[in-house]
Amino acid sequence: MTNMNLYSRGDKLFVIINMVLIALFTLSTLYPFIYIASLSMSTGFEARAGNVILTPVGFTLEAYKQVLSEPLFWTSYMNTFIYTIFGTLMSLAFIIPGAYALSRSQLYGRRFWNLMVAFTMWFNAGLIPFFLNMRDLGLLDSYFGIIIGFAVNGFNIILLRNFFEGIPQSFEEAARMDGANEFQVLWKVYMPLSKPAIATVALFCIVSRWNGFFWAMVLLQDEDKIPLQVYLRKVIADLSDDEEFANTLLTSAYSFETVSAAIIVCSIIPILLIYPFLQKYFSKGILLGGVKE
Amino acid sequence: MTREQDPTVGQTETLVVEAREAQRHRKVGQLERVGDHLKREWQLYVMLIPTILWLLVFLYKPMYGLQIAFKDYSIFRGVAGSPWIGLEHFQTLFGNDQFIRALKNTIIISFYGLIFGFPMPIILALMFNEILVQTFKKTAQTIVYLPHFVSSVIIAGIVITAFSPSAGIVNTFLGWFGMESIYFLTKPEWFRPIFVGTGIWQEAGFQSIVYLAAIAGVSPTLYESAVVDGASRWQMMWKITVPSILPTIIIMLIIRIGNMLEVSFEMIILLYQPATYSTADVVNTFIYRQGIQGGQYDLAAAAGLFNAVVAFVLVMTANTISKRYSRTSLW
Repeated sequence: MTNMNLYSRGDKLFVIINMVLIALFTLSTLYPFIYIASLSMSTGFEARAGNVILTPVGFTLEAYKQVLSEPLFWTSYMNTFIYTIFGTLMSLAFIIPGAYALSRSQLYGRRFWNLMVAFTMWFNAGLIPFFLNMRDLGLLDSYFGIIIGFAVNGFNIILLRNFFEGIPQSFEEAARMDGANEFQVLWKVYMPLSKPAIATVALFCIVSRWNGFFWAMVLLQDEDKIPLQVYLRKVIADLSDDEEFANTLLTSAYSFETVSAAIIVCSIIPILLIYPFLQKYFSKGILLGGVKE
Repeated sequence: MTREQDPTVGQTETLVVEAREAQRHRKVGQLERVGDHLKREWQLYVMLIPTILWLLVFLYKPMYGLQIAFKDYSIFRGVAGSPWIGLEHFQTLFGNDQFIRALKNTIIISFYGLIFGFPMPIILALMFNEILVQTFKKTAQTIVYLPHFVSSVIIAGIVITAFSPSAGIVNTFLGWFGMESIYFLTKPEWFRPIFVGTGIWQEAGFQSIVYLAAIAGVSPTLYESAVVDGASRWQMMWKITVPSILPTIIIMLIIRIGNMLEVSFEMIILLYQPATYSTADVVNTFIYRQGIQGGQYDLAAAAGLFNAVVAFVLVMTANTISKRYSRTSLW
């Protein structure tokens, strides 16, 4: 529609009002992030007095010093990297071959296997049976439990399966002539052709791992194993629940508010770093698998 | 929903159909016996088995474990060994004020989410579609998609900070208008607006992608002939764009209704506190407190089963209705 000419005054007005509204919505999305960033770099007194509106007041990096000097912050940051990297690799190791097999029409019981995947998206046993199952499997409080326990997800399988199905069979014929087996066809034909789809799935996994909080909180007791999100939650909850404790943190340099804001900024940075890639792939991914099955 | 019925696919479709046709012909000559088939195609099953096993161990086995909803579960006897007690847990639940309250809150919060949250991405997509300056459009989209990728802990952290009574920006604004500072997160009447509003703020932009794709699939000739007929942009939006994306809207509505009981309880756990339980506690947070924190696994599993069954029925019903009236369905 973009090439269309505007030919009436009504249209021009419509387009301008529309742009203003979108601009307002966009600014309202951006503002909280700017506010938090400014808060993290303001002094405790100014933050506490509610003087921070848009830019840092009484610029200081004292809150960051506080955050970065806490060993548990670093441990949890490290753990999040472990869960994200190994969790994503584990997911891909399951999902890529699984989705490929499900995309092949010669697979016996293909409808049944596909239904088995899709059904998990419509019905799940719920929190308690999942939790008890993890406990019975001895996967509480373990790195491996977190990594394996959330490796597969029906949505990602279906997304990739749909993509594989969309690749014309003619692409693999040359490889077949050369006597390639299924593994080779997947590795040499399908995977190179599916880079965008695989990147999408990988990014979905990375984001959900990086942001994962609830099950890490439930399944991990040992402080040395908790990821960043659980640590962040602990700090914010501890400080906001206990006004007195929060007040002890109030010095001229930093306060509960600026310290929370600083941790928020630290944990959001990696997501911002991969955001250009996310942007590139996620809309494709949504469309590939979003509203299917 | 099968691929064939999906409006957003399109071009690759004919290729896929051709490919399938070719496979079907090949199949005729294939040996019927399973043994020969396995000998030939065993590699496919090697690829499939890990995924199927994973589903069995981590998702289907808990479904078997759901039977504790009808049992007097004890950790020592295990799932199979605990004695059956019929519907006792369900009777307890429906006599439990907290559960009834959680059920009510779930429905109310979902309903608000549906009324206020569902139209937002559609409106946004329509508005984005009317923007003619590409750089402006791209920048705006980049920004409004961002909150989707931010964790609920961070979002909750931002909300807690922004609404805090002493330093929060919201109370600073109120102060400008001479209003008293409010400790929002301890006020039951404020919980739902804050929660639903946060959800819309976080997700509306990202959810608009699906509609934007549907809009991109609308045939340009429709607009061209409308231009010839002298239609305004406003008219084209209502007469062409909206009807064209209606199937997508219906599909998304079905998914939304099907997920109605899946209120994002993770965010609720992060935002609520005993002072706001009366309006904030939903079924899943109730399950979390009773089951995982309180150790009443069987009762909490019963609440979960109830939740899952109602959700399942909701999807099925919504799908049937949609099939009948719009020929658009999920299967």
